[in-house]
Amino acid sequence: MSAIDWITQVLEVVAAVAAAPALLGWLNQCRAWLQNRRAPSLWLPYRNLHKLFRKEAVIAENASPLFRIAPYVVFGTMGLAAGIIPSMGTQLPLVGSADAIALVGLFAAARMFMTLAAMDVGTAFGTMGARREMMVGFLAEPALLMVIFVASQISSSTALPVITEHLASGRLGLSPGLAFSAVAFILVLLAENARIPVDNPATHLELTMIHEAMVLEYSARHLALMEWAAQLKLFNYICIGFALFFPWGVATAHIGPVGLVVAIPALAIKLAVAGAGLAVIETLSAKLRVMRIPEFLGTAFLLAVLGLLVHVLLGT
Amino acid sequence: MPLRRWWDRAQPVTGAPHVRGLGVGTEDWLQVARDVAAAGGVLHALWMSCAAMGDHAVQERIVYGAYLTDTGVLIVELTLPAAATQTYPGLEGIFPAAARMQRAAHDLSGIRSSDPDARPWLNHDRPYEFVRVDGEGVHEIAVGPVHAGTIEPGHFRFSVVGEKVLKLEERLGYTHKGLEQRFTALPILQGHRLAARVSGDSAVAYSWAYCQALEGMSGRAIPPRAAWLRAVCLELERLANHLGDLGALGNDVGFAFGLTQFSRLKEDLLRAMAAVFGERYLFDIIVPGGVAIDVSAAAAGALADVVRAVCTETEELRDIYDEHEGVRDRFTGAGRLEPERAARLGVIGLVGRASGQARDVRVDLPDAPYTELPVAMVVEHDGDVASRVAVRFGEVRESGRLLTSLLSALPDGMHAVEVGVPADGAFGVGLIEGWRGPVLVALQAGPSGSIRRCHPHDPSWQNWPALEYAIMGNIVPDFPLINKSFNLSYSGVDL
Repeated sequence: MSAIDWITQVLEVVAAVAAAPALLGWLNQCRAWLQNRRAPSLWLPYRNLHKLFRKEAVIAENASPLFRIAPYVVFGTMGLAAGIIPSMGTQLPLVGSADAIALVGLFAAARMFMTLAAMDVGTAFGTMGARREMMVGFLAEPALLMVIFVASQISSSTALPVITEHLASGRLGLSPGLAFSAVAFILVLLAENARIPVDNPATHLELTMIHEAMVLEYSARHLALMEWAAQLKLFNYICIGFALFFPWGVATAHIGPVGLVVAIPALAIKLAVAGAGLAVIETLSAKLRVMRIPEFLGTAFLLAVLGLLVHVLLGT
Repeated sequence: MPLRRWWDRAQPVTGAPHVRGLGVGTEDWLQVARDVAAAGGVLHALWMSCAAMGDHAVQERIVYGAYLTDTGVLIVELTLPAAATQTYPGLEGIFPAAARMQRAAHDLSGIRSSDPDARPWLNHDRPYEFVRVDGEGVHEIAVGPVHAGTIEPGHFRFSVVGEKVLKLEERLGYTHKGLEQRFTALPILQGHRLAARVSGDSAVAYSWAYCQALEGMSGRAIPPRAAWLRAVCLELERLANHLGDLGALGNDVGFAFGLTQFSRLKEDLLRAMAAVFGERYLFDIIVPGGVAIDVSAAAAGALADVVRAVCTETEELRDIYDEHEGVRDRFTGAGRLEPERAARLGVIGLVGRASGQARDVRVDLPDAPYTELPVAMVVEHDGDVASRVAVRFGEVRESGRLLTSLLSALPDGMHAVEVGVPADGAFGVGLIEGWRGPVLVALQAGPSGSIRRCHPHDPSWQNWPALEYAIMGNIVPDFPLINKSFNLSYSGVDL
């Protein structure tokens, strides 16, 4: 491991943390344009975080320490996850210690802290949100694992950088198995990041919320961290998608650190396209009835299994 | 005794051709209600008048019931003896909607009905017990009165198993502001201004109903041009509210495109209204004797153009709503209020018409200009959110058609006349089909141009209890959508 690898490693995490709010700002801009509205500033999420960090935190009297530490844990977990996703380069020192399955575990840990904190104060909305979040989670996780298994079957490894290396060095274009999993992955991404059609991040209706209901009791810096963590999660998911399906532009081992010169703008372009694509999906769809979310994620799981079967039957 | 006999016995109310008043004793009070119910009529309003109200000492205590029947509006007066502990026979068994009106009347006057539910309604100082639902896994979700959005305050208590709603109980009255008392402190010729503010989204309907009652008492007919212009205002109000609701309903199913488009159309309309009348929401345009502002031919033409453009675009958006699978899936079957239940609960107005209750004052008991411009009533029979959306789309089209006709054929003449002060004790009733349903104003004059008693009545009284039934068996996250599809007034019933 050279010093340049460590620099890449640190750069990836810092870039993810720094750019995640801009990604959400871009997504919101695209949504506004598609709805014929004048768009808010790209920097609005940053201003919002800035505002929240300066406010005085109000915490319910009966909140336990868990409620206070959860935002830090959730934010930390998402930051760590950013470190093991090869968004710019594949030569990452941290990768040896965590593969894609550990990554799913990291997301699960964040979810656990988040739902526990949501139930901590004991309001009806927090519990309701936590309940729905667990329903989404237990259906989304297997689908995500299936997607990862398809990719790891192809490259014979569960480490994301290895998968990325393999795909980046191979032919351009998706294998049929991966194409199925890519669709499955998009469904999981929408569900896991509380986007329409599964959840509505813009709603003010408490009774319909999932993610928002869980953070209703948070304020100031805690809320800022929770929101930042959610933005980071979206960033991470999109980068996982790139790593598995569109690794082009990533600085691979044989290109070396020079590749970063290409990788950084390539990532920015890919993120912009993905954000615009998400905005299109969100604008075109309506929110599903909560009771139909299992169908939605069941479809994702089925597609991922189909991807696996197609891969096994067709061979590589 | 069939309803016809009561109707024949009742006295006509001056200046209100569709209204008759009937004084009854305690023994006939229930019988009239039964006969009205048997003839397919509904209880529209129930209120009290007694010494405790206003500065004017009224010796008797009178319970008023207003029934909407096929022949007209029957106002039944039950005069109670002076004994303080007296109760009057409750109507809940015949008209379920009476329960809350009786409880509200009790809070305001201290006189109880004989019905079992003695809990307060408007008075929040007295203790209140919600109905508990017992059973394995049943828990309660308390929502409000303060909500996350900028909406009126109301408390909703859900008893749920998982996501399924077993029971909803509403608790309103958070915006009680003593409106009826406030009326008694106003000159009768100024009351229309307060009436317009009972429920701000129905400013035209309330102020017209108030003026109709006042003009009837004074025996002063308004000129045709004034009636035409009032109808223009009423249809504009209907159009603006329906557009706002259609957008909000889209937003509530996560279809923000609908909200932005309908908000734009509503804004276009409101700006056109402001250009012509100087008010976006038409407060204080309807005044005793006519309308406050005359409309020039050029302004009428410009307004008609905007209305036509808005209606054309609404048709396009209707196609999008109808063909969008996700939106259709959320609307269809949600919050179903079956026609039989709607009839039993006496549901009226827009919500009633979406559940097969074909009642519209503009059609059933028309006044000028609706006598000359027949309205095509929009009725749906499924009673779900989709039906209430369809009724709104249908009424946008119909109001657009009416507005085009009204604006192209405004009669010549004066737009307002002077209205004199009515005699002490004179009684008048106004009934106007607002966008939400029929709005009733009962007005009694006091000495030298004062108001003895004024009761503004919103159709939401009937329809709030129906919402509790519509949500049963649905899932919790569908409640905001179902609630929005009813879009009832809080201020209008909290008084």
